[in-house]
Amino acid sequence: MDDTVVGNRSSPSYRWEVPPGRNGWAQPTHGPAPANAPASAPAVGAVAPGTAALLILADGRFPAGGHAHSGGAEAAVKAGRIHDAVTLEAFCRGRLHTAGLTAAALAAAAAAGVDPLVLDEAADARTPVPALRTTARRLGRQLMRAARATWPSPELDALAAARPRGAHQPVVQGLAARAAGLDPRAAAYAAAYESAGGPASAAVRLLSLDPFDATTVLARLAPEMDRIAARAAEAGHRALDEGPGALPAAAAPLLDIAAEQHAAWPVRLFAS
Amino acid sequence: MHLDHPETYPQRHTHGADPRRPDGTRRALRIGLGGPVGSGKTATVAALCRALRDELSIAVVTNDIYTREDAEFLLRNAVLPAERISAVETGACPHTAIRDDISANLEAVEDLEEGVGPLDLILVESGGDNLTATFSKGLVDAQVFVIDVAGGDDIPRKGGPGVTTADLLVVNKTDLAPYVGSDLERMARDAKEQRGDLPVAFTSLVAPEGVRPIADWVRERLAAWTAAPA
Repeated sequence: MDDTVVGNRSSPSYRWEVPPGRNGWAQPTHGPAPANAPASAPAVGAVAPGTAALLILADGRFPAGGHAHSGGAEAAVKAGRIHDAVTLEAFCRGRLHTAGLTAAALAAAAAAGVDPLVLDEAADARTPVPALRTTARRLGRQLMRAARATWPSPELDALAAARPRGAHQPVVQGLAARAAGLDPRAAAYAAAYESAGGPASAAVRLLSLDPFDATTVLARLAPEMDRIAARAAEAGHRALDEGPGALPAAAAPLLDIAAEQHAAWPVRLFAS
Repeated sequence: MHLDHPETYPQRHTHGADPRRPDGTRRALRIGLGGPVGSGKTATVAALCRALRDELSIAVVTNDIYTREDAEFLLRNAVLPAERISAVETGACPHTAIRDDISANLEAVEDLEEGVGPLDLILVESGGDNLTATFSKGLVDAQVFVIDVAGGDDIPRKGGPGVTTADLLVVNKTDLAPYVGSDLERMARDAKEQRGDLPVAFTSLVAPEGVRPIADWVRERLAAWTAAPA
């Protein structure tokens, strides 16, 4: 492990403090409200600040390497566990509530300002199999490149320097959200959505599944994604003071086992 | 955000398109090779490696659709040492990996530069795809589109981004033209019409020195790349 200290872990919390970078940008904010905006309640039809940035970050077309990964769907299809929309929904629900919740909480904690190196270790502890650690770091490295180009930030630069081979993807995702001016809940949403959206789009390619069915699966899971994101955001906030022990460690042993097997296949469509 | 920043893309270097290495020296020239399935992309890469490896430091990135066949072909034929060949997995979408989301390919070229560099030339081979598959300018500095006479002599006329915009169009397997009824002159005429002054090379890789027109073009590109101000 690289022991470079990029953050300040002095008591009383796990808050990460990085001095302003060469551009002199302070902590990202949503910017001042327009002068003519009402000071109190949001107007009818108003949405949370940063919503558009969240759409960009969570978009499947965000160029961060996700298209080459199935989130375990390829192995599950081969094993017969996913073969139609119903079984896809069961798979995505399981992933959302296990690996998805864990990833969302890591992302929320990073967005809240917890030291990403502490979170990177916490992610390792929550990722028991080497294949998925490798995948998470590879995707984290690719996301880092895209995020630094999209939302330049001294914090992203610092993590990239400390983890040149890649930090865990959810940690980078949370820090990218922070750089984009998003709050921890938005970061949790991005991670939670990806945990289900990745396998769903892969299943369309693997099974020639009706794309409308796959999207319907995601829509049916949306209320659960809301709950997962809220829970993850709450844990992420708590980690600021309580440390990574406050973060959930939900795991899916079958995803872990299948990922190890999949990594050894000589012929496959997806990298994971 | 940051609308007052004087540069629109201040972090351009994170894309990998910057011609300089972090230490300020000029990085390797990156040439992409794309084209339909079976037109001879891997054979062209192998022939280029054999023709140029004694004068240049070369590495290759392959983008297979679902296997490591192309990388393994190059390894089996020992055109380069194994550590100079890297395979990128593309999730059933080779064109995405070379155009829309180039992050995995950028990592592969950067890792090759770091591991076996300094390099003069990196060849990035696309998985076999369709006539619209082109490389992102964020990934390669120039691209070659490889078609063959057996795929039909109407392909140059049909055009498409690969045929019309590639820096070099290669029409391969000219030795097969008499057997498949392809009219090479018609292909040349149509290509000229689609491409204007952009070059076209007619090759037969089975002939001795068959890759020479492409190798000479690569040498010219490399000379221009090296001569450009860092």
